[in-house]
This record gives sequence, structure tokens and C-alpha cells, in this order.
Amino acid sequence: MHDASDPILCLRGVGKQFELQGQRIEALRDANLRVRAGEFVCLIGASGCGKSTLLRIVAGFEMATRGHALMWERPITGPGPERGMVFQDYGLFPWLTVRGNIGFGPSARGRPAQEVKETVERFITLVGLQRFAEAYPHQLSGGMKQRVAIARVLANDAKIVLMDEPFGALDAMTRERLQDELLEIWERTRLTVLFVTHSIEEAIFLADRIMVMSPGPGRIDSEIVVDLPRPRDVAAADFNDLRRELSHKLHSHHGRKAA
Amino acid sequence: MSLTLETASAAPVTAATPEAAPASSSSPSYRLRNALLAAIFPGAVLIVWHLATYGRKYSLIPPPSDVALALWDLAFGGINDDAYSKTLHIHLLASLSRVYGGFAIALCAALPLGVLIGRVELIRRALDPTLQVLRPIPVTAWLPLAMIMFGLGPRSAFFLVCLGAFYPILINTIFGVRTVDQRLFEAASMLGCQGTAQFLHVVLPASLPAIFTGLRLGLGFAWVVIVVGEMTGVQTGLGAIIMEARQLSRTEIVICGMVVIGIAGFISDRIVLFLGKRLLLWSPSFA
Repeated sequence: MHDASDPILCLRGVGKQFELQGQRIEALRDANLRVRAGEFVCLIGASGCGKSTLLRIVAGFEMATRGHALMWERPITGPGPERGMVFQDYGLFPWLTVRGNIGFGPSARGRPAQEVKETVERFITLVGLQRFAEAYPHQLSGGMKQRVAIARVLANDAKIVLMDEPFGALDAMTRERLQDELLEIWERTRLTVLFVTHSIEEAIFLADRIMVMSPGPGRIDSEIVVDLPRPRDVAAADFNDLRRELSHKLHSHHGRKAA
Repeated sequence: MSLTLETASAAPVTAATPEAAPASSSSPSYRLRNALLAAIFPGAVLIVWHLATYGRKYSLIPPPSDVALALWDLAFGGINDDAYSKTLHIHLLASLSRVYGGFAIALCAALPLGVLIGRVELIRRALDPTLQVLRPIPVTAWLPLAMIMFGLGPRSAFFLVCLGAFYPILINTIFGVRTVDQRLFEAASMLGCQGTAQFLHVVLPASLPAIFTGLRLGLGFAWVVIVVGEMTGVQTGLGAIIMEARQLSRTEIVICGMVVIGIAGFISDRIVLFLGKRLLLWSPSFA
């Protein structure tokens, strides 16, 4: 449904090993992934499958010990504003208001004050937090905090948004609402999203493509293309077929012990 | 974009508005009750003190009424008209200047040092063990050495007060800058704030509450050690009159000095706390 020609992100044979108490641990092995501009890609798998490691390598927080991670054909050497990260625990700056948090990126990158102000207002409106513009993070609900975290990376011109189980800490109602909002923002802004989750339903509801990962060592096992029209009905028969297929894949990759 | 607007206002708000929570704790009746509750214990102490000392000729401790009169005389004169009458402002000012002067010196030394020890591994390894050994040495133990190094008089007093305020500020600053959530560094760097800019935009604001606690404790300690500081042969100061009145067996003046130090220390702590609440509105532990 989006332009398939230009890959924005490309991982080739990416692996990550580290030592923990003298033991060599292989967190990720031979991961290959191409994400095209405007795509919504989910990474799904049980804990220890390397999905967060993969995301952190793309974010530039960790370096791959093998292979190549490329953004626009250029190697990723560290964090950068074009790859915005949304953390499960929000990572908001507690000393800044909603306005200050959203303006942090543009100010840090030296944008003129007037431009920062306009950008901030635009994105506060986008996530519907006008009434809470001057509130501090500790005064907000989890859902509101995550809206701020999303607005913060969008206001900073992120070209790809990396989301690490962003709705994992929210209650079911808020979670569904934020999924809807995220899709709406994604469709309006033609963002590229790489989204880590362990919820089968969330992955099918959101993604164009789902990468199924499995642990020991962490790797990408298979890929499912979701071509259901949006908005998707979680109770529809074809949704359920995909749910069964994905569930089967997750379990067969893990073996019974991981279930 | 009506959809998100609506959903935001309909979202479950766990900690809704800033003004909602403290409404009950700032109402006049609540404050009055609190003040009454806080007055019970000192009231009881005064009554017991009065009953135990009043009208006894050879009591070494004067009754509260004598202390009150002495305090009035110390502040405004007109009762005893002796060497102590109407001298309170001189002593209070002298002590205030030493407390705040020593505190300011301690602040200037401990803050940058704490930041360096907290953030630079090499400096921590070089200095931290020494400081940990020096820290348990009480200020009183420094008194003789201070008088040799700085001589009799106010310079020794400054040094001792400074020493008392130094460690709380240092320790809390180190703690503050060391315990900045790693997540905040990641958030800052993915937003384009990297390298040394993170110090100003992440480390400093994130450690402010801890630094502030250090300032509060440091100032408190400065008041605590003022009497020791003024045992160094200075002529004025609340500590100085306490030591002098003790030698003259003017116990009511000693108690006056204690009361004034207590009140002054309390007020100065309240001022710092007030400033902290204004500056650290964002912090759940201060707001």
C-alpha cells in the first residue's frame, strides 16, 4: 500500500554477542530486515528473542557485533534524531512540562525559538494534550505520557519511529485507544514504524508485516504479511485466521518449553 | 483533529490536575489543627519545666519565665541593663554571617567537587576513599587544628562551619549526579542532545532534587556546628555568648542562645524549603 521502492532501513546479517559473568551470550544472530518508507513493521516474539536488542541496534544505543545496520544506505553509528525511540517506560524528562518535553529535541538541535514554539503547538494538538500543555509528567496518566513520548519524536522530525512495547504498561482500554491513534497518526504523516510487541493481536492489528522472532539465540524466523484492510476488525474471520497462523508460528519456533 | 482531542479528555486520568490533590492539606482548618497538634508537646515541656524550677531558690536551671525575661532583655534591653542587654542583633548577625558565609564556601567547594566525583571515574577513584576517611571525623575534633591553622577568631569559625556543611552537600551531589536514570541519557541522545550538552540538559536538572536535599542538610549542619565554630575565641555570635554565659553561670542566657539558634535554623530551613518547592515543582518529592 506504500511505495515499495525505497528502503529506509536495512539490516544485513546483524548479530549481537556480549559477555555476562564470563559467559558468552548470543542475543541476536543473523538478522536480515528491510523496511521501506511508510511501512509499519512489527517484531514479535517471547522474551529473550532479541527483538529489543534489534531495536536498540537500530536506535544506535548498541552496536552490532556482526553484520551491517544501515539507515538510508549509511551505517548506523549512534543515536540520531531521524530514528526516534518510544520507550515502554516513557523516558520523559520529569523536570520539563509536556510542552518542554515535546520541544526538547528541536531546541537541542538549535532550531529558532519561534519555530520550536510552533512545532510544539502543532504536535500537542496532534496528540490532543492542549489542556495538559503545562503539566509535568508525574501529573499525567500512562496513556498521556506515552502520547507525549510519541509527540516528542514526531516533533523532532523522526523519519522512523522505533517503539519498544510502548503500550505494554497501559491498561487494555487505553492501549486500544492509543493503537487507534497511532494508526491514525501513521496514516496522516506517512511515518515509518518499527514496533516491538509480544501481543499477537496488537501485531496483527497494527502491522503491514510481522517479523516472527524466537529465542536461544535470538533470530528472525519468519515473516507474515498482513494485507487486511484498515481499520481492522479484531473479531473478523480473516483476522482470526492470521491470529491462529501467527500463534502457531510462535509456538512451533519456540517449542513447547517456551509456551 | 477531533478524534484525539476527545480521546485525550476521555482517557483515564490517574493523577488528574495539579491543584486537585493538595486542596485539603492547605485549607485553614487543617492548618489550624496542625498548628495546635504541633504545640502540644512544647507546651507540655514548658509546663513541666515551670513546675520543676519555679520558686526554687537553688535551682541551677532557671524557670521559663526568667528565660523569657532574659530573652526580652537580650533583644530590647530595659530589664537587667547589663553587658548582655540589647545585644542580640549583634550576636545574631555575627552568627548569621558565619553560617551563611561558611555555607556559601562549602557550597562553592562541594558542588563542583561532587559533580566531578560523581561523573568522572578517575576523579572518583582518586578522591573518594580519602573523603570517606575524613568524613567521620567530627567537626569538634577539628577545633584544635583549626585554631592552629587559622588562628583564634572568625576565620576558624568560618572553617568549622564550612566543614560541617561540606559533606552533606558533597555526598548528596555525588548521589544525585550518579543516579540519573540511564533512560534519560538515551532519550536525550536520540533527540539530538549528545555529549557535553547532556550535562547541562540532563545531569544537572535530573540531580537537582538530590543536590537540593544536600543544601538543606548542609545548611542545617551549619547551624548545628555554629556553637563549636564560635568556641574559637570570637567575641560575638550566639555560640560565643553561650560559651561565655556558661562560664558566668548565666544559664538563662545560655538557654536564650539555644532558643534563638533553634528558631533561626528553623526559619532558614523554611526559606530554603520554600525556594526548593518553587524551583522543583516538577519533582513529586518536593511539590
